[in-house]
Amino acid sequence: MKNIQEIFSILKEKLGDFVLELTSSQPFEPFITISPLKINEVCLFLRDNEDLKFDSLVCLSGVDDANGKTIKDENGDNKIEGGTLSVYYHLESTKFRHKVVLKVSAARENPEVSSVALIWHHADWHEREAYDLVGINFLNHPDLRRILMPYDWEAGHPLRKDYKNPEFYQGMKVPY
Amino acid sequence: MAFKTEHMTLNMGPQHPSTHGVLRLELELEGEIIKAVKPHIGYLHRCFEKHAEAMTYPQVIPYTDRMDYLSSIYNEFGYAVAVEKLLGIQVPERVEYIRVIMGELQRIASHLVAIGTYGLDIGAFTPFLFCFIDREKILSLFEMTCGARLLYNYIWVGGLSHDLHPDFIRSAKEFVTYFRPKVKDLNNLLTYNKIFIDRTANVGILPLETAINYGISGPNLRASGFEWDIRKDDTYSVYNKFNFDIPVGKGLQGTVGDCWDRYYVRILEIEESLKIIEQALKQIPEGDVTSAIPKRIKPPVGQVYSRVENPRGELGYFIISNGTPNPFRVKVKGPSFVHLGIMNELCKGHMVADVIAILGSIDIVLGEVDR
Amino acid sequence: MIYDFFYKLFGSDIIAALIQSLLPLFIFILPYALFAVWWERKVSAHMQDRLGPMRVGWHGALQPIADIFKLFQKEDIIASDTDKFFFNIAPVLVFVGSYAAFAAIPFSSVFIGSNLDLGVFFIVAVSGFSVAGILMAGWSSNNKYSLLGAVRSVAQIISYEIPTIIIIITIVMVTGTLNLNTLSEMQSGHFWNWMIFGGPGSGVTKFMLIPFMIIGFGIIYISTLAEVNRTPFDIPEAESELVAGYHTEYSGMKFAMFFLAEYANMFAVSALVAALFFGGYQSPCGYLGNLFGLKWLIPIEQLFWFTAKGLFFVFVQMWLRWTLPRLRVDQLMNTCWKYLIPLAFVNLIIIGLITLI
Repeated sequence: MKNIQEIFSILKEKLGDFVLELTSSQPFEPFITISPLKINEVCLFLRDNEDLKFDSLVCLSGVDDANGKTIKDENGDNKIEGGTLSVYYHLESTKFRHKVVLKVSAARENPEVSSVALIWHHADWHEREAYDLVGINFLNHPDLRRILMPYDWEAGHPLRKDYKNPEFYQGMKVPY
Repeated sequence: MAFKTEHMTLNMGPQHPSTHGVLRLELELEGEIIKAVKPHIGYLHRCFEKHAEAMTYPQVIPYTDRMDYLSSIYNEFGYAVAVEKLLGIQVPERVEYIRVIMGELQRIASHLVAIGTYGLDIGAFTPFLFCFIDREKILSLFEMTCGARLLYNYIWVGGLSHDLHPDFIRSAKEFVTYFRPKVKDLNNLLTYNKIFIDRTANVGILPLETAINYGISGPNLRASGFEWDIRKDDTYSVYNKFNFDIPVGKGLQGTVGDCWDRYYVRILEIEESLKIIEQALKQIPEGDVTSAIPKRIKPPVGQVYSRVENPRGELGYFIISNGTPNPFRVKVKGPSFVHLGIMNELCKGHMVADVIAILGSIDIVLGEVDR
Repeated sequence: MIYDFFYKLFGSDIIAALIQSLLPLFIFILPYALFAVWWERKVSAHMQDRLGPMRVGWHGALQPIADIFKLFQKEDIIASDTDKFFFNIAPVLVFVGSYAAFAAIPFSSVFIGSNLDLGVFFIVAVSGFSVAGILMAGWSSNNKYSLLGAVRSVAQIISYEIPTIIIIITIVMVTGTLNLNTLSEMQSGHFWNWMIFGGPGSGVTKFMLIPFMIIGFGIIYISTLAEVNRTPFDIPEAESELVAGYHTEYSGMKFAMFFLAEYANMFAVSALVAALFFGGYQSPCGYLGNLFGLKWLIPIEQLFWFTAKGLFFVFVQMWLRWTLPRLRVDQLMNTCWKYLIPLAFVNLIIIGLITLI
């Protein structure tokens, strides 16, 4: 059973460039930041390495960090420019019972993160949900389409902080 | 000249007696054999996560009820445990005991619905009504305590909304003695019925490796042979004070991990819950249930992921706080959402009638899938 | 005898024949169908620890009449892409297939719709109408679910006719007649003379026949359960899988025809089984009419016994429906072809050998 410091040092040793930093300043959950396009290689290593054996993805969440600049666009609504969208991965090993939290951050304008759906099939639907609600594009995902919103929803990604409901959807009035 | 054949697409549409809610399953059939199953969800999406960002921490609790409406106590329980971790507060022991008793009663009620509706899907009409009669008694116990039968708003951050009714402990003890022999009735009627076994044994076999890779948890994972229960392995509240076993699927009527095992694990779990309730009723201390509820909830900046053992699996709450009274992000990992993803894998090569058997054995609730 | 009575009354053989054939329909079958609807709801309710209909009439006895009123006044919805001719004919065909079988069943010693020498053969042949009706219903509804249900139902009925016919052949072999009236008269006396206890006659043959007759009764009861599409064989109308199978698209009076035809069918096969194995209209213990010297009482008692036996078997069918889950379609076919048919054949051969002794 390893703690996050040890896991961080193993990762830094084997895949140094992709592993960015370990944040343990904030309470309750230290996490390791990974670069977004290489997360799948890091996860493959984490899953298959004999000492780590993270065979279970517990949760995958997309988050709108809302850390950009808020400006007013042409309709008078608030829009956020700059900043990042993040994905948090909670991993666990059923053999050693240790846990780790990973974070990747992608630029808000063109958020691209490598998909881990082929490593843990659990991530398949969670990534579809993150794409649907937050708008993160997962590269190499087997079937990336909306899952909770209707398939032809064009008004954006609802969980973003600057999301506004459209007036009409297929002829029906949306706000009521 | 060869005939061109194509697969037939059959839609088990959003309105269907057996899909446990509004779920659309697109089946690709070759005759009666399934080639692919594509679930389409989102019909019950009520934007819980967006609402949670607009409410304060205590105001989110009635919303959590409505996600998995068949086991509402556990949704509240999970949320309260997560926020209490963020705040770092400790609740009085009486509160913990009452939460455990309510949680286990809810687990029995939820499993009774799962078992009854599973029998109904297979075609046995009578066990459904037997299960619901017993569930009514549990719902009256809940009504006695907090006034609601299905969606409680009972477990608050830091305590409970009401203390127990003075008659509750006696009624709960009566219920436990009344209900124990009823499980045997159910076993005689449904569990060991030859036709039921023919329909469910060796159908929808879930190997352990696949289960872990797909993130399956709860009774479905235990039925595949892995002894994993968050109440014991990642314990929360006062579960470490009780003595109970974890039933695991052993393939008694077929292979390990088939539909019969998933069903049987739920029957055995009912007995374990009864054990926990008995022990908790004996050990419950006195105290004040509302003393630790904070006046204003403003957690420090940070995030936490905490999980509890829902009757359906591992219910996880990932809460990010930015120091304001409203949560910044609440992500709910509902077990039914995860379990529905495995339908395609399980149904390949089976027949249309087996899709119903498999869907019933995974025990999903659409409120949790769509949130 | 009834025919002669009406002939004397009206002087025309056509009217007499018409009345004689309509008599069982209106006096017996339709009231029975209404009764069976109520009874099924009460039986199912009491088995499920609840009460069933209680408001309309004493303990809900007038409920079926309310149901019939409701079905009468319902709008007859016909989907646009259906094959109209077949859609309308199908319920009629199923209805006819069930009711026509009653022509050859002896209700009592003075009344039989039509005293055919080929009684049993006629019943089996006419039941084939419902197969055609079901297929038409499923196809013309223009609905994948209905089609699946109809196809399964046809496969089921045709397969399960084979064990039924083999057992009928067994009985015919033992008694030497296809005429149900003669069969019932052969089983007169006490219940010891019923076919299930080896038939009339005495001696070693009778005792040796008993276990095989019981097996034969089991086979034919199960096969006829499958013929009328009752649980555990109700895949064609499996509520939880195919909504309502081949009668999904029907509403109003057409649905009522399917519904009543099902109950009539249940009684027809129960009456058939009773006539073949349990003595038809014979009483198990002698007649009160004989006791009191009132000869006219005997046919009425026979009608009573016939109804009682038929209703008992219908009750067992209802009992099975609310207790057992349903078989999957391939398990259903397995049961028929791999278990029931070989068993029926072996039974046939053994009984044949015994009768030669």
